[in-house]
Amino acid sequence: MTALTDLTIKQALDGLNNGDFTSVELTNVHLDAIESAKELNAFVTNTPEQALEQAKASDTKRANGEVGVLEGIPIGMKDLFCTEGVQTTASSKILEGFTPQYTSTVAQNMFDQGAVMLGKTNLDEFAMGSSNMTSAFGNVINPWKRNNDNKDIVPGGSSGGSAAGVAARIMMGATGTDTGGSIRQPASFCGITGIKPTYGRCSRWGVIAFSSSLDQPGPFARTVEDNAIMLQAMAGFDKKDSTSVNRDVPNYMSAMTGDIRGLKVGIPKEYRVDGMPEEIESLWQQGIAWMKDAGAEIVDISLPHTKYALPTYYIIAPAECSSNLARYDGVRYGMRVNDGGNLDDMYEATRAAGFGDEVKRRIMIGTYVLSAGHYDAYYNKARRVRKQIWNDFNQAYKKCDVILTPTAPSAAFAMDDDMNDPIKMYLNDVFTVPASLAGMPGISIPAGLDKDGLPLGLQILGRPFDEETVFRTAGVLEEAANFTAVPQLIVQKAA
Amino acid sequence: MSIDTETVEKIARLARIKVTDTEKEKYSKELNNIIEWIEMLKDVDTDGIEPLTSVVDMTLYMREDEITDGNIQEKVLMNAPETAEGFFVVPKVLE
Repeated sequence: MTALTDLTIKQALDGLNNGDFTSVELTNVHLDAIESAKELNAFVTNTPEQALEQAKASDTKRANGEVGVLEGIPIGMKDLFCTEGVQTTASSKILEGFTPQYTSTVAQNMFDQGAVMLGKTNLDEFAMGSSNMTSAFGNVINPWKRNNDNKDIVPGGSSGGSAAGVAARIMMGATGTDTGGSIRQPASFCGITGIKPTYGRCSRWGVIAFSSSLDQPGPFARTVEDNAIMLQAMAGFDKKDSTSVNRDVPNYMSAMTGDIRGLKVGIPKEYRVDGMPEEIESLWQQGIAWMKDAGAEIVDISLPHTKYALPTYYIIAPAECSSNLARYDGVRYGMRVNDGGNLDDMYEATRAAGFGDEVKRRIMIGTYVLSAGHYDAYYNKARRVRKQIWNDFNQAYKKCDVILTPTAPSAAFAMDDDMNDPIKMYLNDVFTVPASLAGMPGISIPAGLDKDGLPLGLQILGRPFDEETVFRTAGVLEEAANFTAVPQLIVQKAA
Repeated sequence: MSIDTETVEKIARLARIKVTDTEKEKYSKELNNIIEWIEMLKDVDTDGIEPLTSVVDMTLYMREDEITDGNIQEKVLMNAPETAEGFFVVPKVLE
């Protein structure tokens, strides 16, 4: 019999429904798996007692005929989503011990649909990073390793704990947030599937803010269908978030029809970047071939402002972060460092001690580009370029229905690879940032392995609020790619 | 160099982050590299382009002006480092 941890969410829901096992059993198996995979450091906070309580309640609900979309499914919650009574840190020292007195809308939606929370997953501090190495609570380790090399590999970021946890089969799905690629890039690095929905699809209320015009919650899981199930539970209008969009949530779970005949798939010529490994280019070509085989029409498109997306992002995101993170002042919550000086001294000492290096760097860039004399030259300029990037996509979608690209310009890197240059690190998001700036949905699907045996992802972008077509296309790609490789961690455990 | 240590000091002050002299040197170098890199946006012709504020084309709707929440003083203060008599406590501001 397949181990319960190997089941997809869909299979687990069927098993629960058939009475093959209970949510308590399913949850216990995952809690044990978490114990035996502690070295991954996927969690900031484990919540086994709450998980078992939720599982018990779910089994009772099911017995009474109340069955939610995620009824009884054990998941991980990125430690950026506020959860009442459970420490929520954003992986920052400045929030260590912070216990929210309310639950974020997305987490509540999932609980209402029966989700069981195993714990709060590790991330880059305040979701700022692409390696999960900026967390104040230690690096997350990718369950994948290079062939014949025992070096620790990064899971990507910022949602590294969620991605590593789902890949390692210690949770069936997990939440993430994607500001410039923080769902899609770690999904690609960990060989799983993750979707950033259209901006406005999932409520940001109760999600610790990084860059408010870009942040968007979304799921991770091991299949496209499981992502659809997760998103079904997460999405929806929320009047507590003024940027949440009041539109009906379609039935994502029936979107994977397997039929993309006649669908127009755009291939942007600007996504061929210098120094991109040959194997990523060939995987992209393979993806194009799979789309053609399935009856889709390939269309060459141009997104002319692509190369300006990253610098635009690195003005807008830090600008918004410098404003959002002004609230951590040592007064209302979190850390306070008081060295006996005045109020300003207390603010400065608290923020110096509480924030890590990357967060400080971004706050400083943001403060600089928003300061008098620079606002127009940097911030407004970036917002104008952002408009052109948005225009590029809208022009492209006159010619195609979806866009196919690689997810990241490389496979996951090792922790000791040279990463001292912030700009080099920022380049990880070169293929994910443009759609973030335009607010468009995008999914990453594991599609192959590199020469060292590490997973590589392909990305499908869609029109705003057309997650259904994204899921439909992704479903076809998933079937064609037939990605069955599993992380070495799983192979070792099975041996 | 456009961002010298003096500018770093000024930005850090605006951002209320204490920085040491060593950090000023470090940030000066790093911020310059990043700012130099984002200067490439100058090559983009943005004449006549309106800055994009929201990717979602929507107008904010009006809601009733009514109290929907409150009486949660204890919850509001729960996570504060220091409180007294139902207030947040900060270092003395006025002598």
